[in-house]
Parts: sequence; C-alpha cells; structure tokens
Amino acid sequence: MKILVTVKEVAEAEDEFEIDGLDIDDRYLEYDLNEWDDYAIEEAVQIGEDGDDVEVVSVTIGPERAEETVRMGLAKGVDRAIRVWDDTIAGTDDLDVAAKAEILASVVEAEDPDVVFSGVQANDDTFGATGVALAERVGFEWAAVVNHLDQGSLSEGTASVRRELEGGVEELTDVELPAVLTIQTGINEPRYASLRGIRQAQSKPLDVQGLEDLGLDADVVESPVERTAVFEPETESDVVTFDGDANEEAAQLAEMLRDKGVVEG
Amino acid sequence: MSDVLAVAEHRRGDLRDVSLELITAGRDLADAQGGDLHLAVIGGDAEGFAGELNREGVDAIHAVDDGNEFNHDVYVQAVEQLFDEIGAGTLLLPNSVNGLDYAPAVAERLDVPLVTDAIDLAHEDGLSVTREMYASKVATTVDVDAAEVVVTVRPAEWPKAEGEGSADVRSFDPEIDESTVRSTVKGFEEVGGGDVDISEADVLISVGRGIEEEENIELVEALADALDATLSSSRPIVDAGWLPKNRQVGQSGKVVTPEVYIAIGISGAVQHVAGMKGSETIVAINTDSNAPIMDIADYAIVDDLFDVVPELIEEFGGEPP
Repeated sequence: MKILVTVKEVAEAEDEFEIDGLDIDDRYLEYDLNEWDDYAIEEAVQIGEDGDDVEVVSVTIGPERAEETVRMGLAKGVDRAIRVWDDTIAGTDDLDVAAKAEILASVVEAEDPDVVFSGVQANDDTFGATGVALAERVGFEWAAVVNHLDQGSLSEGTASVRRELEGGVEELTDVELPAVLTIQTGINEPRYASLRGIRQAQSKPLDVQGLEDLGLDADVVESPVERTAVFEPETESDVVTFDGDANEEAAQLAEMLRDKGVVEG
Repeated sequence: MSDVLAVAEHRRGDLRDVSLELITAGRDLADAQGGDLHLAVIGGDAEGFAGELNREGVDAIHAVDDGNEFNHDVYVQAVEQLFDEIGAGTLLLPNSVNGLDYAPAVAERLDVPLVTDAIDLAHEDGLSVTREMYASKVATTVDVDAAEVVVTVRPAEWPKAEGEGSADVRSFDPEIDESTVRSTVKGFEEVGGGDVDISEADVLISVGRGIEEEENIELVEALADALDATLSSSRPIVDAGWLPKNRQVGQSGKVVTPEVYIAIGISGAVQHVAGMKGSETIVAINTDSNAPIMDIADYAIVDDLFDVVPELIEEFGGEPP
C-alpha cells in the first residue's frame, strides 16, 4: 500500500506585525509545518509502522526554505518526499485551488497511491479546499474533516471514517479506495521527531520537481482569483481593560465578578 | 446580469441556520448583479424545507428529492446540473463541514474558480470577496475575474432572512450516476456526553493554548474550584487530550451562554467564538491585546495568565497549586 501525504509549510504571524503591500511584512512571519498536516503525517506513519509493505510519501509545493519542514516529516517516519517548485511557481503570488489541485494531481498520477491524506486546511490562508478538489480531479472518492480512521479497513479497500460535523455530532461513513481523506486535528497524537529519526531523515530521498518535470504547462499557475488588499480588520471592541500589576488586575476582576453577583467569597 | 444559486444545508431532519443566512447574502449579491436568487434544497424532506426557505427575496426554490442525508456524490451532481440549467453566475454554498465536503468538487466539475470562507461580498466591476488570513489577524480582499464562481460563506456572518416569500417552488430531477456514489453514510453519533454539561453552567472558566503544558491545567482547575465555576476549554486542549471532549466550547463542541465566560489563554479563533459569543459577560485574560477574543470581550486583563490566575485564586480564598 502507498500513502501520499500533502504537506504545507505555512507562515504564522507574530502578535505584533506590519502589513507590507499585499501581505504581512516577512519580518513578522515565522514558518512551520501546517498543524493539520502534522496529524496527517502521524496517521500515515502509524499505518506504515503497523503494516507490511506500506510506503509513505509526502508532497509539498514550496520553496527551498520548506525543506526543513519536509525533513521534519521524514524524521517522523515518512519514507521519501517530493517538493514541487520552479521559477514559474515562485513568480506567482497565490496559487489558487485549481492550480494546487492540478499540480498535486500530476504527482498522484505518477505515484498512484491507494490513499491520500491532506490536512483539513492550512492555517495561513485557511482555504480548506485542496484535498477535495484534488480528489475530484484525479477521480478518487473522498471524505472531508476526518477525525477517526479505522486503519484496518484500508486493507479491505475501504476507509471507514468518522467525519467531525458541527455541534458534537460525528458522521460514520465508508469511503471506497482510492480516496483522499482530509485530516482533522485531534485524530491522533503527533509524535516529536527522535534524534535518530532526524539523523535518518538526512539520507532519505527528497526529490525536487518543476512543472515541466510533472508534464504541466506554465499556464497552470494562472488564476482569475487575485488578492487585491490586505488590512487589519476594524475592531468593534469596547473592552474595559483592567490595568496595574497582576495583583491589581486580579482585584479589579474579582470586584467586577462580585458586583455581578455571580460568585461568592 | 447574473443569477445566484444558493444551496441549503440540513441534517437529521432540520434545516441548518446557515441556509437562511445564505438567502441574505445571496439576495444582496443578486441585487448587485441585477439577477435572481435561486435556492436549492437536496434530500430529506425537500418539499417541507422548501416551505421553510420561502423567505422574502427568494425568486425560485428547486427541491431535489434524493436520499435522506447529505451525500457529497449526490450533491455534486445535482448542484452541477442545476447550476448549468439555471445558467447562474454565482454558486453560494455554506462554509460548513459538509459545504467544504462538496464545494471544491463542484468548482472542479464546473471548471470555475472557488473562494472559500467569505465574510463579505461586494459586486462592482466584478465579484470582490473579503476573507481572513493568518488566524484572523488580517482580512484580505480577493477579486474574481470570471463570469462564474463558487463561493462558500462563513456561518453566522450574515443575518438570517426573514419575512414570508413568494418564491416559485419547483422540483428538479437530476440524473445521478449511481456508479459514482462511492461513499456511504452509516450513521451519526453524538459525542462529548458524560458527567458535565458545560452548556448548563452559570460561570465558565475556559482554558486555551496559552496554558502551554498539561501539568498547568491544575492551575485553572484551582481557579474554577475557588469560584465554584465549571471548567471548559478551546479545541487544542481537547485535541491534546488534556481535557475530555465534553469540555470543548466551539463549532465542533458545545455552544454555551453562561452569565460569565472567562477565557484564559484563548486567542479567539472564529470556530471558538461561534460557541461562546452569546455569553452575557465575557472576560479575556491574554498577553496579546490584539487577539481576536478582545473584539468580543467586555473586560480584559492583558497580562501573563501565570501571574494573574494565582492572584485571582487567592482573591477568592483559594490556594494556587
């Protein structure tokens, strides 16, 4: 069995930041593995550990900087990695959903996995669409927002999953393979990479491919969707802030709570 | 001139609120585009739902009688065919768990661009969508240069449509290729039951990622004890297994409306806020004065929770751990 995991390196903004043009100034951004993808990697690696002859491959669309994140996946147990990047992609501001799906589809076609794990969303642009769009493009079945997978069901050609709906309700669904599952946080407990894993990761294959290598034309990155403004949302906050040192702040809050009559003492 | 098609959402016999919000968003957009607002409702008691959806501003409702519950393979085919039949320009879908389970596939099939999680829509020369990035720290505007587009709309951003409508209700009978229906919904399960019902509490002490370590949970437990309050949390605490699922406030957990909600180390992601914004009084304790939770808080302490919470415990005669 082969499992393909889509992995994104995301930018996270510091609490205090400045906007530069159409993005947050790079000085205030830190790059890390997307939180949802960490769970997706863990789910795949667990299946790899429990089964014979399971290969786990990760695919990332990202610049050279992202290799640190890709290596982190390899250190956690991913067997090999593909990173897609070239000058055409680098020259594009935002890859839209269709472009990402098309690039990943060409990797799926080359790798022919049984199942693809993709994070529910990326915590930078929170589009939440890549996994399902990819599934439709390659003709796989899918399930979005999976918070439990019966790993044993995969060998029978099905993914028995729970989808996390709103309001504490879960949907129990059987999905025929091949399929894309978008993985929700909390589905497992992602591991930390071990020192041994980090050492091993250095010698695992990390293959860099451009659009041409994947048989794609440069116009795949063209998009009718364009970011035209970035701004800090206006707050309608009329919050009363208690000032002072911790002791004074606590005292004012306590007084407010006592005035409301909701607490005694 | 271009028509808008919005697709309602229902689950286990009930129409979900976002369906009525879609009408409000869709009517505004249809007006801006000089077109009609069409609604679709697929499966379940489609005729009955169509009655509920017949609010002011809806021009036509298409009821599709197919299955009881949501199945994305059916929805994708029905919506694609209806969109083409109407010749609509904009497809508005809910940015819900199920909305995100079919919107990207419909956009793929129609070969039109997709923009998700809209919090505002404007139409002048073309469609302009406002959405957030970086955990709601910034908002962005994206312009769509296409005659047709799929947009998903964030729940609870638009008011629910009211007033009785006079829409033309018709049935639509799509051709569903059963061989492509390769997923089966086996059932539903309520999770997060157990000993405590946080939605019944008068005072909630709610803890988030800012607590940093599992061993620090006892600090907020001590505060809850001192205040005779109930302990709840945001999602990451439950994901990490530090508190059980029945303590989770938010979109996928419980919706709570206590007299006082004290958010400790919670930034206020939109999914969390959806579960607690109805609280009577909201207090935030957070080091970040720009955190989204501050936008809805009534009172705030901008300081380190590890300094403030022990002081607060002592204020109420407790002993910090």
